[in-house]
Amino acid sequence: MEENKPLLKVQDLKVSFFTPAGEVKAVDGISYTLGYNEVMGIVGESGSGKSVEAYSIIGLLQDPGKVTGGSIEFEGEDVLAFTPAQMRQFRGNKVSMIFQNPMTCLNPVYTIGNQLTEALTCHDSSISKEEAKKRAIEMLELVGINNAEKRMNQYPHEFSGGMRQRAMIAMALICSPKLLIADEPTTALDVTIQAQILELMKSLQKKENTSIIFITHNLGVVAEICDRVTVMYAGRIVEQGKVNDIFYRPQHPYTKGLLTSIPRLDEDGLERLIPIEGTPIDLLDPPKGCSFGPRCSQCMKICLREKPPFAEVGEEHISACWLHFRDGLPKGDEV
Amino acid sequence: MVAYILKRVAGSIAILLLIMVVTFLLMNAIPGSPFLTEKSTPEQIALAEAKYGLDKPLYVQLWNYIKNYCVGDLGTSLKMQEGTPVKDIIFHQGKFALSIKLGACALVIAVLIGIPLGCIAAYYRGSWIDGLLRVLTTVGVAVPTFVLAALLLVVFSVNLNWFPTLSGSLPDAKSYVLPVISLSFYYTCYIAKLMRTSMLDAIHQDYIRTAKAKGVKTHILVLKHALRNSLIPVITYLGPVLAGIITGSFVVESTFSIPGLGKYFVQCVLSRDYPVIMATTVVLSALVIFMMLIVDITYKLVDPRITLTAKEE
Repeated sequence: MEENKPLLKVQDLKVSFFTPAGEVKAVDGISYTLGYNEVMGIVGESGSGKSVEAYSIIGLLQDPGKVTGGSIEFEGEDVLAFTPAQMRQFRGNKVSMIFQNPMTCLNPVYTIGNQLTEALTCHDSSISKEEAKKRAIEMLELVGINNAEKRMNQYPHEFSGGMRQRAMIAMALICSPKLLIADEPTTALDVTIQAQILELMKSLQKKENTSIIFITHNLGVVAEICDRVTVMYAGRIVEQGKVNDIFYRPQHPYTKGLLTSIPRLDEDGLERLIPIEGTPIDLLDPPKGCSFGPRCSQCMKICLREKPPFAEVGEEHISACWLHFRDGLPKGDEV
Repeated sequence: MVAYILKRVAGSIAILLLIMVVTFLLMNAIPGSPFLTEKSTPEQIALAEAKYGLDKPLYVQLWNYIKNYCVGDLGTSLKMQEGTPVKDIIFHQGKFALSIKLGACALVIAVLIGIPLGCIAAYYRGSWIDGLLRVLTTVGVAVPTFVLAALLLVVFSVNLNWFPTLSGSLPDAKSYVLPVISLSFYYTCYIAKLMRTSMLDAIHQDYIRTAKAKGVKTHILVLKHALRNSLIPVITYLGPVLAGIITGSFVVESTFSIPGLGKYFVQCVLSRDYPVIMATTVVLSALVIFMMLIVDITYKLVDPRITLTAKEE
């Protein structure tokens, strides 16, 4: 990891959806950096803004979503200032993406080969047909698809779910991008296939030296593949740190809640799962203080009044919670 | 594929037989007779009916039709052009060709204009272009052909004198313009509407997002990825369109005085010219059945997921 020169630098990014009911702040000021060859997991429940944040990096925000503030820098270039043509060159070439549902993400009326080679030819018009085809076959073999040459001429409906996700990965990596954004790539697959795909992504990441942003709500997947983890809640980062710190030394009450709500195989099986009480906040009308405050068992007065700042709780480990500042709070605020 | 086509052709013959039976029963259910005029006496009618075999029991008459059709004999006209073989009326007097020419032009126009219009409307959804097209296509679907045809005739032929009022046997390109517009306008608008909906649906599919994430150019996104996926509903609609264009051409052929099959078909029903009714129905049905086959084969070409033959168990 080249500490001083990050691949991706997101600063105070804000994304809002302008709906008839009002502005929904889906992402409300998040900052992080991602190094070369690093795998970062972004964890959070539905609606926490984790996908929206990723989509804004690659310029795929759907109407009425809009980036309202902050900056995204990719290798020093300002991604948000790209013209549509620059954005098009950027997508698929330097950053590519794989999605949640491989069943619907491939075009049903074109062959796998056609869709794979298209990813190449739309960035490099000088590449010959044979060359593109050769490269596509190589990629299919790389992601573990047998009979690649025959498979090239098949349609997506002739592939199983796991195979389709493999093909998607091949398509995403065919231009050797520096960053791969994986938006819940294993969620729609059954568990054995999930493990295979994760294994594949892990080995490809090492082989191709691609950085990965791995978006998921599945903490097990995060532990499997990520170097660093960002935990999001209601459009903000609540905790960020190395994967071991997050799992073994979680600091934020939300992260702690997430960890106690998943079943574990390595402990005596009869332990109770503790769900996080309540429901996520209404982003149309967010609370003034900490977004997690209303659901937090350790909520203090100040939590409902002011948003918590980040506290450095360890090496490269930050957590946004007033509990870390408890000692310094004025009297009456710490209850 | 060959086996499939053969199977379909066999099925088509069965359908045509059924159509013959139904047509025969229907035309005999209409009161009246080809020989019924104010001056004719019952004896004269009976005599004429005996001459053409119309006094025989219905099943015998039907059987005669089927027998003759099998050897390509479509009978002779009783009334419209007495004594002329029906085959000559339909094929050799250019009626069929005239209607087909007109229908084919209208179909091509409807497809070539309707599909792009639908794509444009979907691509610029919500903009003034979409709004304008929506108004235009809604009007086009709502205005009856006879109103449109009359309007075009009055404005462009009578007032502006740009096009002939009588198109006749379509001697030149100019004479095609107004009939083809009248005939195709409804279908153009309907196809555009259908295409817009279908395209909008396709644009929001996950594979479009995937293609975008790959960095595919916008026009390729629409013309390659979205278009082919959104064509199925339009192709489905094209089968009935053909039937509509051929039979619906009656109004247009009458308005522009074109001696085509559509007009003739209605006239022969009115004068109870049984053999001509039968022959026109069968010929038009065969045409529609053939087009349906083409449509089904086109499905397969557009969408590889569609299988024409039943899957082996």
